[in-house]
Amino acid sequence: MARRVAIVGTGQTYHKSHRPDVTSREMIKEAVSSALADAELTIRDIDAIVIGNMDHFESINYVDTYSVEGSGGVMKPIMKVTTGGTTGATVAIAAYYHVSSGFFDRVLAIGFEKNSESDTTGAIITCSDPVWDRFSYSGAIPSLATEATAYMEKYGATQEDAALIAERDRGHAMNNPYAHLRRPLTVADIMASPMLAYPIKLGDICPRSDGACAIVLAADGIAQKITGKPAWFKAAAVRHTYTWFGDSTDYNKGLVSMQRASKDAYAQAGITKPVDEIDVAELYLPYTWAGLKWIEDIGFCGPGEASKFVGDGHTHMGGKLPINPSGGVISTNCIGATALLRVAEAAIQVMGKGDTRQVPDVRNAIATGFGGCFWSDIVILSSERP
Amino acid sequence: MDKAAIVGVAQIKYERRKKDQIFADMVFDVTREALDDAGLTIHDVDNVVTVSNDFFDGRTISGMAVGDACGGQDKNISTVSGDGTFGAFYGLMRVLSGYKATIVVAHYKGSEGDINITTNGMFDPVFHRHLGIDAVSSAALQANAYMTRYGIREEDIAQVSVKNHGNAKNNPFAQLPMDITVNDVMKSRKIAEPLKLLDCCPISDGAAAVIIAGEDIAAKCRKKPVWVRGVAHCCEEYFLGDRDLSNPVALREAATRAYAMAGIRNPIEDIDVAEVLEPFSYMEPLWLEGLGFCEPGAGCSLITKGITVMGGKLPVNPSGGALSANPVLVAGLARLIEAALQVRGEAGARQVKNADTALAQGFNGPCGQSHCVWIISGTK
Amino acid sequence: MSTQNRQGELMQLTFAYPMPYEWSIGLYGSRFFQEIKEKRRFIGIKCNGCGMVYVPPRRVCGPCFKELSELVPLSDTGVITAFSVVNYPFIDPNTGLQRPIPYTYGYIRLDGADNIFSHIINETDLGRIHVGMKVRAVFKEPDRMQGNIQDIKYFDIIS
Ligand SMILES: [Zn+2]
Repeated sequence: MARRVAIVGTGQTYHKSHRPDVTSREMIKEAVSSALADAELTIRDIDAIVIGNMDHFESINYVDTYSVEGSGGVMKPIMKVTTGGTTGATVAIAAYYHVSSGFFDRVLAIGFEKNSESDTTGAIITCSDPVWDRFSYSGAIPSLATEATAYMEKYGATQEDAALIAERDRGHAMNNPYAHLRRPLTVADIMASPMLAYPIKLGDICPRSDGACAIVLAADGIAQKITGKPAWFKAAAVRHTYTWFGDSTDYNKGLVSMQRASKDAYAQAGITKPVDEIDVAELYLPYTWAGLKWIEDIGFCGPGEASKFVGDGHTHMGGKLPINPSGGVISTNCIGATALLRVAEAAIQVMGKGDTRQVPDVRNAIATGFGGCFWSDIVILSSERP
Repeated sequence: MDKAAIVGVAQIKYERRKKDQIFADMVFDVTREALDDAGLTIHDVDNVVTVSNDFFDGRTISGMAVGDACGGQDKNISTVSGDGTFGAFYGLMRVLSGYKATIVVAHYKGSEGDINITTNGMFDPVFHRHLGIDAVSSAALQANAYMTRYGIREEDIAQVSVKNHGNAKNNPFAQLPMDITVNDVMKSRKIAEPLKLLDCCPISDGAAAVIIAGEDIAAKCRKKPVWVRGVAHCCEEYFLGDRDLSNPVALREAATRAYAMAGIRNPIEDIDVAEVLEPFSYMEPLWLEGLGFCEPGAGCSLITKGITVMGGKLPVNPSGGALSANPVLVAGLARLIEAALQVRGEAGARQVKNADTALAQGFNGPCGQSHCVWIISGTK
Repeated sequence: MSTQNRQGELMQLTFAYPMPYEWSIGLYGSRFFQEIKEKRRFIGIKCNGCGMVYVPPRRVCGPCFKELSELVPLSDTGVITAFSVVNYPFIDPNTGLQRPIPYTYGYIRLDGADNIFSHIINETDLGRIHVGMKVRAVFKEPDRMQGNIQDIKYFDIIS
């Protein structure tokens, strides 16, 4: 039967808007070396590698074979998985199955992106159906803008309520030496920033970053020998519900994939009261309204209650369920790495390695990925062996 | 390894241009046929792996195009960007991690993109891409390195094309069943020295699906389960100049691991039939060397001695192989499916007598940089 | 002879070759464009499992995993369910050039359909466009139609 699996090491680059000093391969190497160092392993200890990104951002076909010098994949098994924005979580979950299936004992999962190497919106547009949607589609922002508009109309949330999410995450990023944007941003700053697509302003959305992330996973029995505090997988849930853009836009239903994935994940982890049982969350929130609406869909508070829940400080550092101690996606967004960074940061919290961004006494941590056609992936990690 | 089996398979006829079908149409067809083949419904399948490539499809998140068509709604679905043998391996891992049944679907339409441009994208953007190198010209380099090292003649390589196109006449899914001679291959148009038109695979459209399940489901399925005995993959260096192109070391390593898992000591004795991914004729003997069926440099002698032809000791590519249809990515899954059909005894006119243990192989990257090897069997 | 490993200018390489494709539209997609040309109206496809009418028409209903075949004629009108006035510059992969801005990206529930169709709405003034407004498709002249999504020029607000 399936084996238990834990994360035993994490690594990431210092994220920046542009890394002209390295190729993708060399950037990947930085994250891999740091993950191996964190686990006190060498590349020789690694049995297999899973890697992912979004092809058209760097325009490199077969990145699994392209990147072996950086990933350490020479004469090793390597596989590429890719699912858009969720790629990082997809990579982590694929690595999890690599180990739990019994095929491999120690597996490296890698996500990376050099968003500076192409026009990010142009590349994202190529995910839309070429026959039906590509002519009018303009990237992620308008669909998120429509979601935001619908949420504000339904619950009376304000633009300031949303802006508080970015103020919180950008504040948290001050504690994370790896974060890309490490300047505090206030609600007033965000309200004054240029309007991109109503109601989304420049301060409401994630940046585009260059960066890579790697994690080391190990099987039960081996993980404990590598570290005294492994971050055990308690749940991995995936819902890529929709295929057609036009099928996913009933905003009154909320983020359906998140509702279904979280329900599945909580069942796997035996969690019945998420707010009480989860100690920290690293959520893939690419824009501010997601920090309101989606925490309702993941069950942290009831529908329409998010503005108050966040406004009361529950999700800030020191609150009962801190969200994004790392600064989140609003502070760092190297797309193929973004969801893996959520998993890595959740693992860091469970392993107690968060330093200035550490939430005290973390037992359970949740990480999410978002992407594709309003898709959600969820991973729950725990200090307790399940 | 816990027991898992291939319980359902489906392919559609490979063609030069399936103008009437979008990706989702092809995938919908093979999904339903694989379910029928297994005697399962979509509700029996609890997770999905799709196989596609954003460059080939001209679409970022290419897996998105087929999510509904493979029954992926509200299931754990993921996408392997690589050969179908790798996608199937991920599907197997999920079953051995506790899922009941994985459906693995692969699609490809070579007719829709420009294969020279998309495979040029495999090469290093700084040092190689501007030279115009692509899948064909890099294969020609490898053919040259291999032939020069062992003194192999173009006529020796041409036999592979003759054999496989001939075998394709027995395969209803093949795109190019042909009666040709070594002379025909030699006289065909030069594509990239030393490769001629008939040494090269065609451009193909197609899709395929396999369902992999644990013992409980396998026991209930309509067809004889085809048990997975061993699987392994391995990747070598990236830059062609860093590699010995005449020695497929990654394939050798993957085969060694897969054989160890399957308890195979002497591959040529223990394996009854092999389906290998040979989009270019020279690849078949080179891969057979990597797979340990003969000494390095002796690959072509396996045909000459009648070992790899139908009726030989180890028939290779009874289906006609990738030379007879090469929907990239799908082609690796097709090798696995053809191997499974052999084990079931359902390969029709291309059936190898008493085939019980079969090998399937696929690869990713230029000149077979990263290989995946499967050993499957009718015996648990 | 020696060479210095010193910090010099970091160079970058531009790669901007076109990557052409020829995508199939499929049976029902083709019927959609033929209907626009012949009858200047939309068609959807109905699932006899859940009753959903999908546009654009396709072969499979995701939730039911059922084959679809019942084409349903629709009109040329619909309702705005969401929209966004796009105001940021980006490279349009369709042309390789910057897409002209501002323009309004709209989600439209076509009358008679259950899902949403995305296209452009011919109004960029935030004061004159709202969710719930009725829109009508403006088509190209038949002899200028090419069997693609731009056979619909845009949607006009009609009330
Ligand atoms: Zn239905």
